[in-house]
Amino acid sequence: MWAKNLFFLAVCISALLAFKASVFPAAETNSQSAPRRHDNSIRAVVERVDGAFAKTWDDEKLQPASAAADLTIARRISLALAGTIPSLEEIRRFESWPQAERLERWMAERLADPRTADYMAERLARALVGVDDGPFLLFRRRRFVSWMADGWTAGEPYDRIVRHLIADSGLWTDSPATNFITVAIDSGDDKKLDADRLAARVSRAFLGVRIDCAQCHDHPFESWKQRDFQGLAAFFGGTRPGLRGIRDATADYRIENVRTGEMETIASDVPFAKELLSDDGPQRRRLAEWVTHRENGHFARATVNRAWALLFGRPLVEPIDNLSAAGPVPPALDILADDFVERGYNLQRLFAVMAATRVFRLDSKLALSDEAGTATHEATWAVFPLTRLRPEQVVGALQQSASLATIDHQSHIVVRLAREIGQREFINRYGDAGADEFEARGGTIPQRLLMMNGQIVDNKTKDSLLANAATQIAALAPDDDTAVETAMLAVLTRPCDAEEKEYFTERLARTNRGERARRLGDLYWTLVNSSEFSWNH
Amino acid sequence: MPLAAAYPPGTNASLDRRTVLKLAGCGSASWLSLVARLLAEPSQSSGPLGSRAPAGSLIVLWMAGGPSQLETFDPHPGQRISGDTRAIATAVKGIQLADGLPRVAEQMESIAIVRSLVSKEGDHERGTYLVKTGYRPDPTAVHPSIGAICCHELPVGGTEIPRHISILPNQWPARGGFLGDQYDAFKAGDPAERIADVTPRVSDPRMRQRLADLEVVEQRFARGRPAARSTQHQDQVREARRMMTSQQLQAFDVSRESAAVRAAYGDTPFGRGCLAARRLVAVGVRCVEVTLSGWDSHANNHEVHGRLKGILDPAMSALVTDLKQHGLWHDTIVLCAGEFGRTPTINRLAGRDHWTHGFSMALAGGRIRGGQAIGRTDPEGGRQVGEPKQVADVHATLLAALGLDPAKELTSPAGRPLKLAEGQPIRQLLT
Repeated sequence: MWAKNLFFLAVCISALLAFKASVFPAAETNSQSAPRRHDNSIRAVVERVDGAFAKTWDDEKLQPASAAADLTIARRISLALAGTIPSLEEIRRFESWPQAERLERWMAERLADPRTADYMAERLARALVGVDDGPFLLFRRRRFVSWMADGWTAGEPYDRIVRHLIADSGLWTDSPATNFITVAIDSGDDKKLDADRLAARVSRAFLGVRIDCAQCHDHPFESWKQRDFQGLAAFFGGTRPGLRGIRDATADYRIENVRTGEMETIASDVPFAKELLSDDGPQRRRLAEWVTHRENGHFARATVNRAWALLFGRPLVEPIDNLSAAGPVPPALDILADDFVERGYNLQRLFAVMAATRVFRLDSKLALSDEAGTATHEATWAVFPLTRLRPEQVVGALQQSASLATIDHQSHIVVRLAREIGQREFINRYGDAGADEFEARGGTIPQRLLMMNGQIVDNKTKDSLLANAATQIAALAPDDDTAVETAMLAVLTRPCDAEEKEYFTERLARTNRGERARRLGDLYWTLVNSSEFSWNH
Repeated sequence: MPLAAAYPPGTNASLDRRTVLKLAGCGSASWLSLVARLLAEPSQSSGPLGSRAPAGSLIVLWMAGGPSQLETFDPHPGQRISGDTRAIATAVKGIQLADGLPRVAEQMESIAIVRSLVSKEGDHERGTYLVKTGYRPDPTAVHPSIGAICCHELPVGGTEIPRHISILPNQWPARGGFLGDQYDAFKAGDPAERIADVTPRVSDPRMRQRLADLEVVEQRFARGRPAARSTQHQDQVREARRMMTSQQLQAFDVSRESAAVRAAYGDTPFGRGCLAARRLVAVGVRCVEVTLSGWDSHANNHEVHGRLKGILDPAMSALVTDLKQHGLWHDTIVLCAGEFGRTPTINRLAGRDHWTHGFSMALAGGRIRGGQAIGRTDPEGGRQVGEPKQVADVHATLLAALGLDPAKELTSPAGRPLKLAEGQPIRQLLT
């Protein structure tokens, strides 16, 4: 028995030592030589995008912000793709890579990260099926999201995914894409499919236009007519939910004329680029092929604009689903859209391209002399935008910062479970932005209260050697400097500046073990309550 | 978007806080015990607690799930559709309520009923959206709930705590919509429990040190980022602190009321929620939503309704008398509503399903003329309704009763002008 205990103790100690060595490196880390994963084919398009922005800045006589620190960029990438911040373990690994290839390797790793597949699927699903629970039993949101995640992992071309969404038939459980259709079933008395809602979704999510504004009358200041909207809805006019799932009847699409009160038959039609619409085939198939037609520029533009928003926190053209009203768009949108089409609608590549651009790697901070011109800088992307993190990003970051090791799919089931349960409660209290997640928002007071006094923050900052990084750092860091530096890296993904180091080291000086752990907890509390923590920058 | 929003600005904070500190004699007290002591202090009817602004407040009794009009405000006794639900007489001749609401019936002179609401939203989520905002769900704009509109349109006064509050919310509490998250209702649970997240978890000196440390990190981040200053993060930290130290938080604490008052409301979370709503309105909160869930009676309709009426009846009637006793009746409006009604026919599980062709809401207080029932549903259970009213008309009525012009326009983020409510006030309901 005692031998078993001793063995257990030995395992624990050696694990702890190994862990300590990995997060508190003794000296200069050795640079491992891993294969370069940088894809050379993206260089050309990245240069075109960089050139386009450089020209805008020249025309405006603007000095763009300087380049952001590598770790800041790594943080942006992790937040956008994996929905959380880099762990201290990951940061140490990142720092050990040669500088010239760090970011490309980081991006490649995140693109292949299973957390990314789940998180991107959830973010994309918001635009495709919204955040509503939808009709009971007929709509399986989780099934839908995991199908999207599989598509991401397999590198499925996005145009093909969209064709499945619009045109698939069958049961929402066997053919998960059909949940795109079933979410629009009215759960009222008659379980009828709401063709208008689907037409609105297609228009906004895939075409980046708001034809649905013409649902009740012709659009007051754009060219959309009520007929355009009704024609689009008519593609779904024969679609029915049945025992064997979604199917199409050949019935005409008949609706009530709002003015006359009489029923009339509406023929399916598209609002523009009519020459791209095929004449025969099932209605939804025709629509799907038209939406994703290579020549239909709206589709690629709308997709690029959304992907940009997911990566930068703000769409390239605002509002995200109204490109037609925006007037001239930045040339980068078309450069990226053309590349997206040429390269087979590959989402992962699109993200890799955007993340390699200069504009993604600019600082969110301007030289003090430029502060006056901030509005122009922001409008032309000459400075990286500050955006509020989404609640799941905040809680993901909170959980990750409290653990020095990476919380991912490899984590112990208990860690993952605790994380998921904690997250749901937190998101509920923090307040989800819902489907319009890209509207500029400020923070709220309940969010501040939750971060200042909430249970999760308390659990993650209080003295606990088993559960919390703050306590582990207090116990393991060889000196106060290292302790402060490590906490800063784990929470804010950046090193301390001299002023901060002096200030916070002084706060730890001359304390006994218990007090030191409490003060490290205080430091953690301070850092997670900062703007820097809860905003993307 | 102004910060103030559903939360008040910090104009007279310092004065009030000083009063608070003096009251509690906090010299030696730790922060934790200070708040605890404040919460334990006996109620004071006058003094630093209440400084109520002139305009009115709204209390929404939210019947989540969709209550049956036939088992509540619109009985059809003796008809096939009644499913043997009996009716009782009320204090107003000619108006009957369903059995199970005897105390509300006694207050009928103060309450008006609209029995002829029609809507096109038979889904819980969409129906909730419609009844809370007065607009159908529409992808072009997320509309604010009526409570958010009240906070946006009515002055702040001396209120230090959130002015829009949802007690016992279900998954769709009232939202700020395009007015911004800061107009979202502050979510609170059963008033028997402490309000979450307003109590610091460390001693006051340690809290102050943490906030001083935070200032160091904030200043560094704001350098070169004017936008970081406009995020108002630090202002919000200060506002949160102000709320944490406000004596008005006591309004949530119903244990400070006499046993008789608490008993009148009923010993239930909803009853306590209604009592807290009255206390909150007294310190100037603009809108309190109190949710009673469980009305979605697809099976065993009568049993479900019997149980819930047992909770609603004392709470709602006590709220009416209590508001009057505290002199709050004339500028507080009470709305009792759910997302839709239930079918006249009873299904095979002895349940009633969703129904949008004639359902009821009750209104009371302020400029609402009580003692009347407006509109008629078909005794045979048909879809034709006498004097049909839209949800938007009820919204316009509520706003008018609060002294607001429903036709006033706000601009949505897409630049579209939207009226506070697109319906017409129901003149008959207003004095």
